[in-house]
Amino acid sequence: MEITTNKDNPPVPEKVGQMGETERWSSLITGGSLVLLGLKKGSLRGALMALAGGGLVYHGTAGQKGIKDQIADANESGSITVEKTVTIFNKSPEELYQVWHNFENLPNFMKYLKSVKVIDQTRSHWVADAPLGASVEWDAEMIEDRPNQLIAWSSVEGADVENSGFVRFQKGPEGRGTEVKVVMEYNPPAGAVGAALAKLFGKEPEQLIGSSLRHFKMLMEAGEIATTEGQPSGRQGDK
Amino acid sequence: MKAVCWHGAMDMRVETVPDPTILNPRDAIIKITSTAICGSDLHIYDGFIPTMKAGDIMGHEFMGEVVEVGPNVQKLKKGDRVVVPFPISCGQCFFCNRDLWSLCDNSNPSENAGLIEKLYGHSPAALFGYSHFFGGYAGGQAEYARVPFADVGPIKVPDGVADDQVLFLSDILPTGYMAAENCNIQPGDIVAIWGCGPVGQFAIKSAFLLGAERVIAIDRFPERLKMAQEMSGAEILNYEEIDVGEALKEMTGGRGPDACLDAVGLEAHGMGLEGFYDKVMQAVRMETDRPNVLRQAIVSCRKGGTVSLAGVYGGFIDKVPMGAAFNKGLTMKMGQTHVHKYLRPLLERIQNGEIDPSYIISHRLPLEDAPRAYDIFKNKKENCTKVVLKP
Repeated sequence: MEITTNKDNPPVPEKVGQMGETERWSSLITGGSLVLLGLKKGSLRGALMALAGGGLVYHGTAGQKGIKDQIADANESGSITVEKTVTIFNKSPEELYQVWHNFENLPNFMKYLKSVKVIDQTRSHWVADAPLGASVEWDAEMIEDRPNQLIAWSSVEGADVENSGFVRFQKGPEGRGTEVKVVMEYNPPAGAVGAALAKLFGKEPEQLIGSSLRHFKMLMEAGEIATTEGQPSGRQGDK
Repeated sequence: MKAVCWHGAMDMRVETVPDPTILNPRDAIIKITSTAICGSDLHIYDGFIPTMKAGDIMGHEFMGEVVEVGPNVQKLKKGDRVVVPFPISCGQCFFCNRDLWSLCDNSNPSENAGLIEKLYGHSPAALFGYSHFFGGYAGGQAEYARVPFADVGPIKVPDGVADDQVLFLSDILPTGYMAAENCNIQPGDIVAIWGCGPVGQFAIKSAFLLGAERVIAIDRFPERLKMAQEMSGAEILNYEEIDVGEALKEMTGGRGPDACLDAVGLEAHGMGLEGFYDKVMQAVRMETDRPNVLRQAIVSCRKGGTVSLAGVYGGFIDKVPMGAAFNKGLTMKMGQTHVHKYLRPLLERIQNGEIDPSYIISHRLPLEDAPRAYDIFKNKKENCTKVVLKP
């Protein structure tokens, strides 16, 4: 980050607010406390933009506003936010970052994703299952990439479901492994399509992300995802 | 194949179901040669374990022959004779690495783990045939079973030892042993053990193996008390004939037992008004578990002693004398057994003749007789202490 404190030349008062905010988001996202609690009414995407340098990457209209406004704006639409963390034993942040950094790996443990296709260094195309056999698609932009630490992404304009999020890899205390935190935000559109999508993403977003992280942990630790699908039982229909 | 399926309280049926198949690369399929009914299966039989679904295949004490292995299984091959531990453990998570196998992070499928997290905060390991909270895995009271993480759990047993001698490595022998180990037995210690079912019997034997000076066994069934006395040298108390609390104090010089071991769990049979209270509370689902034994163990235990729980608890209990536990400075130890940790040392003790666990078996029946077997085991008919089913 470009934010540094110079002891000899303290910043002028007007700039303190701006820098303070950016710094605050940065420490919120990389720190040890609950991200969403710290975010309160602000939007995650706004915070991520702040982290990435004040909306320079995102092709949005809010770029001219202050970070505080951006964060407030983006949350007016009734977004759904989720924060989940797991600890993965015996794997370094580097190893886990490598797996996640190739977005095409995500459908292996995010079961609601049909596919993710990487288009170029920062852009990828995501297809997710929607109710009634339909699917929803969007392009996402990697808006922040800190090797072995953090990957943040956001859907670009025109997405069926506006969404953004980040995954963070942090070494846990001695012998515990790596703490993996995912924070995501969804903004389902209004109308009938929106309702269906809200059902997909909004019904149990905690479950969706919680389950994805559990699957990721199982894959990384045990090499496979625990299942009973396809086993026998004495239920009609299973016979 | 034939399998014992749960269809509701007191409703076990032997049904024809599809054979299990390999579902994950670390799976193996076992052709079962012996499978037992556990006291904890009776909690399911009685309808006290939530998230059972009609048609679920029962059983978590089983052994047999490997007939198929998945592509990532390296240590087992077709034809190996194995005993399978009842907790399912990945062998590669934090808990498995600390020998806390029944707390494995990776065996409970995500949707079930999510359910039980809401109740327990975290998900323990999945167990064979023990409700959907604990994974919803088909159990081993069947002709075949699918065993996940097959390189980690199943222990190979030599051909020279009979099924009856090693079958109980799957659960009750390690369970009795771990409960005794949890008593932290020191020279001169007197251990009181509530419940002389199979786990209680093995706990008594293990307490002596671990150096207990005396063991006092408590039950109400004369044949079980007799077994504790004759097979392991325990002193016995019939709680229907005597005030156990008073008796324990008198038998221990007024000190109380150094360790108290509850091998009964959530369906303890209480006496008098207190027993009636718990029966009513459990019936109306105001409490899920009846903790009569736990209460008595806490009050009886000597100051600074240990209370060890082997009997299963599943939900909530009422009126625990926490004041007594706190002010007497008791240590309480508990948990599902980390079976994997005990397999090898206990197999050695069986092979060198220190323990022959087969003495607890009262009935050997064909798998088809499972419904009757549950009935006689539950109701202690025909002096039933343990049933082994043969598919």
